[in-house]
Amino acid sequence: MSTSSHNHDHHDEGFIRKYIFSVDHKIIGLQYGISALVFLLFGFSLMAIMRWQLAYPGTAVPIVGFLFGESGTLAPEQYNSLGAMHGTIMIFLGVVPLSVGALGNYIIPLQIGTVDMAFPKLNAASFWSFFVGGVIMVSSFFMPEGAARSGWTSYPPLSIFENGQTIWLLSMVFLITSSLLGSINFIVTIVQLRAPGLTWMRLPLFVWSQFVTSFLLVLAFPPLEAAAVLQLMDRVAGTSFFLPSGLVVSGEIVDVAGSGSPLLWQHLFWFLAHPEVYVLILPAMGIVAEILTNNTRKPIWGFKSIVYSMIFLGFVSFIVWAHHMFLTGMGQAMSAFFQTTTMIISIPSVVILTSFFLSLWGGSIRFNTPMLFALSFLPMFGIGGLTGLPLGLAATDIYLHDTYYVIGHFHYVVAPGTIFALFAGIYYWFPKITGKKMNEILGKLHFWPSLIFMNGIFMPMFIQGLAGVSRRLSDGGEAYAHASGVLHWNEFMTVSAFLLGIAQIPFIINIIMSLYSGEKAGRNPWDSTTLEWAAPSPPLAHVNFDSEITVHQSAYEYSVPDSKKDFIPQTEK
Amino acid sequence: MEVPYIVKEREDTGLINSKLGIWIFLASEVMLFGGLFSAYIFLRLAAPPGDFAYWASNLSVPLATVNTLVLISSSVSMVMAWASLKLNDFSKYKMYMGITLLCSLIFLVIKYFEYTSKFHHGIYPSSSTFMAIYFTLTGLHGLHIIGGMIVMVYFWLPVGSKLWDSQPEHFANRVEALGLYWHFVDLVWIFLFPVLYLL
Repeated sequence: MSTSSHNHDHHDEGFIRKYIFSVDHKIIGLQYGISALVFLLFGFSLMAIMRWQLAYPGTAVPIVGFLFGESGTLAPEQYNSLGAMHGTIMIFLGVVPLSVGALGNYIIPLQIGTVDMAFPKLNAASFWSFFVGGVIMVSSFFMPEGAARSGWTSYPPLSIFENGQTIWLLSMVFLITSSLLGSINFIVTIVQLRAPGLTWMRLPLFVWSQFVTSFLLVLAFPPLEAAAVLQLMDRVAGTSFFLPSGLVVSGEIVDVAGSGSPLLWQHLFWFLAHPEVYVLILPAMGIVAEILTNNTRKPIWGFKSIVYSMIFLGFVSFIVWAHHMFLTGMGQAMSAFFQTTTMIISIPSVVILTSFFLSLWGGSIRFNTPMLFALSFLPMFGIGGLTGLPLGLAATDIYLHDTYYVIGHFHYVVAPGTIFALFAGIYYWFPKITGKKMNEILGKLHFWPSLIFMNGIFMPMFIQGLAGVSRRLSDGGEAYAHASGVLHWNEFMTVSAFLLGIAQIPFIINIIMSLYSGEKAGRNPWDSTTLEWAAPSPPLAHVNFDSEITVHQSAYEYSVPDSKKDFIPQTEK
Repeated sequence: MEVPYIVKEREDTGLINSKLGIWIFLASEVMLFGGLFSAYIFLRLAAPPGDFAYWASNLSVPLATVNTLVLISSSVSMVMAWASLKLNDFSKYKMYMGITLLCSLIFLVIKYFEYTSKFHHGIYPSSSTFMAIYFTLTGLHGLHIIGGMIVMVYFWLPVGSKLWDSQPEHFANRVEALGLYWHFVDLVWIFLFPVLYLL
C-alpha cells in the first residue's frame, strides 16, 4: 500500500502536464517534429508563391493573391521578404528542428538504451525557446514593418536599413538559445547515459552523427549570436560595427557613425553558417546509414572510416567558411587557404558516400519506402556535393556565385538530400513512435513523384545558373538579355514545384491513416539490431524500456555466419 | 526511473552530468566572447592609428582596477562557499555566498557610475567604434553578471538551498557548477580590463 502510493507511476498526470509541458524526451521530440513539419510546409508555401512570380512575373498570384494588396501581384520588396523568410524558416525552423530536435530527441535516448535525456527540464526549455522563436519569426509578417527582407544571410549594410530585421534578430536569439540548450543536452546524454556495454565503437552511426552535430551547434552558433548582438546595436543604438564611413544609399551619404566593416558580418555569419551546412547533412547521413544497413541485411561497410570521417568533417567545417566570400575580393593567400581546406573537406564526405555505396554491394536489398528514400539520398546528395566543387574554387566561383547554380547546388544537398533522408527516417521510425506501420503503397506514391519533381525543380537551376541568370531577382531575370535563352525553364520549375506540393498529400494521408488503422508493428518490424527496437512500440512513458539493457554486440550485426537469424540485436549475447 | 549520474560519477567518464554540461556551456561562451574579441581585433586593425587609444583614454582605469579586485574577491568567496558546503558548514556557506553577492552588486554599481559618467559627457555607443565595442562587450558581460546573481540569490535563499537538507551532495554539486560559471565570467573581465582600458 505504502509503496504503491509512493510509486504513482505518472498515471495521474493531467493532459497539459503530459502532452504540453512534458519533460519526456519522446513527447518533446514529437512536439519538435510536428512544429517542424508545419514550418516546413509553411516555408514551402512561401517558395511556391515566389516560384509563381518567377514563372509569370507581374501576374496576380492565384488563391492567396489578396494578401499582397489590391492588384494581387507580388511587389519586389514582398518577394525579398518571402525569400529571406523561406531560407530562414526552412533551415532554422524546419530541417534542423526535424533532424536534431525531433528525430535526435526521440531516438538518441532509445538508441543508447537509457530513460531520458540527461537534463529533461532543459530539453523542454529548449523546445519552448524554439517555439517562441518560431512564433516571433512567423508573426513578423503581420508586424507594421513586415518580415525581414535582407536574405537569410542578412548582409549589411542592407540589413541595417531594411525593415523587419529587428524582429528577425530577436527571433534568432531565441532559436540560437534553443539549439544551444538542446545540443549541450545531447552531448551530455551521449557521453554519460550510454547503457552498460555500449562502448563508443558500438554506438549506432545516427548517434555518432548527432554527437558531432551537437558540437558544431555548440561552437558555431555563439559567434552568430555575437554578430546578431552587434547588428542589433547597429540598428537600435546607432553604432557602426558593419557600416563604413561615407556610405552612400540611394545617391546620398548616410548619416552614420561609420568606420565599421560589412565584411566583419560576413566572416561572423559564415563562421556559423558553414558548420550549419554539416548540421544539415550529418544527421541525414546518420539516418541513411541506419536504413541502408538494415535493408541490405549487411553490416555497414567501413563503420570506423565513417565515424572518423564524421569527426574530421566536424573539425574541418570550422576552417572553410570564407569560400562563401570569394566575391569580396579577398587576397590570394586567403583564397588559396580556403580553397585548399574546401578541397580537403570534400574527402571525408566522399569517404562516407563511398562506404554507403559499397554497403549495397552483394546485399539482398529490401526496397521498402524508407529504403527508397535512403537510396535516392545517395545520388541526390552526390549531385549536390559534386556541383559544390566548382564553387570551392575561386576562379569558377566568381562566375557562378551570384547565379541560380548556387541555389541548385545547395538545394540538391538539402532538399532531395537531407529532406529525403528525413522522410526515410520518419517512415523508418514511425512504427517505433506510434506502434503502427505506415502504408507502403501510399509511401511509394509519395516517393516516386517527389523524386521526379525535386529534380524537375532543381536540375534546370544548373542550366540557368551556367547561363548566368542571377539569383534573388524578383522577376527571375526577365530584364536581362543574356537570360532570355533559358528563362522558359522557369515555368517548368514552377509547375514541378506545385506538383511536388501535391505529391506530399499521400504522405499526410499516410501519417493520419496509419495512426488510426495501420498494421500493428510490434517491437521490431524491420528485424533491426539497434537498441530502440528492444523497447516496446511506443516506448513506455518516462522509462522507455521494460527490461534492463546490457549491450553485447556492435551496432550492425546482420547476416552473421552460423547464426540462426540474419541479425543479432545488440542486447543478445 | 531517475536519470543516472546526477550525484554519483559515472565510472568510465569520472563525471557527473551537470559538470560536463556546464563545461560544454562554457565552451560555447568562449565562442561567444571569442567572436566579439575577434570583432574587436578586426575593427582595431581597420581603425585609423591611435583612434582606439584616444577613445580608451576616456575610461577610468582606477575604477576598473577596483572592479577587477572586487570581481576576483567574489571568485575567491565563491570557492569558499563551495568549500564550506564540502566541510558541512552551512552557515559559513551562507556567509560566503552573501559576500559573493555583495561583491557582484558592488561591481554593477561601479559599472553604473562608469556608464552614466560617459553619458553625462555625451559619449554614447554611437560616438566611435571603440565606444561601440566597449559598451557592447561590457554590457554583455554585465548581463552575465546579472544572470549569475539571479542563480546566486536562488541558491542563497531557502527556496533553492532547502535541497541541502535532503541531498547535501546534490546541492554542493549545483553550487560547484555555479562557481565554474562565475569563474568564467570573472575570467572574461580579466581579458576585458587590459583590452579595453589599458591597450
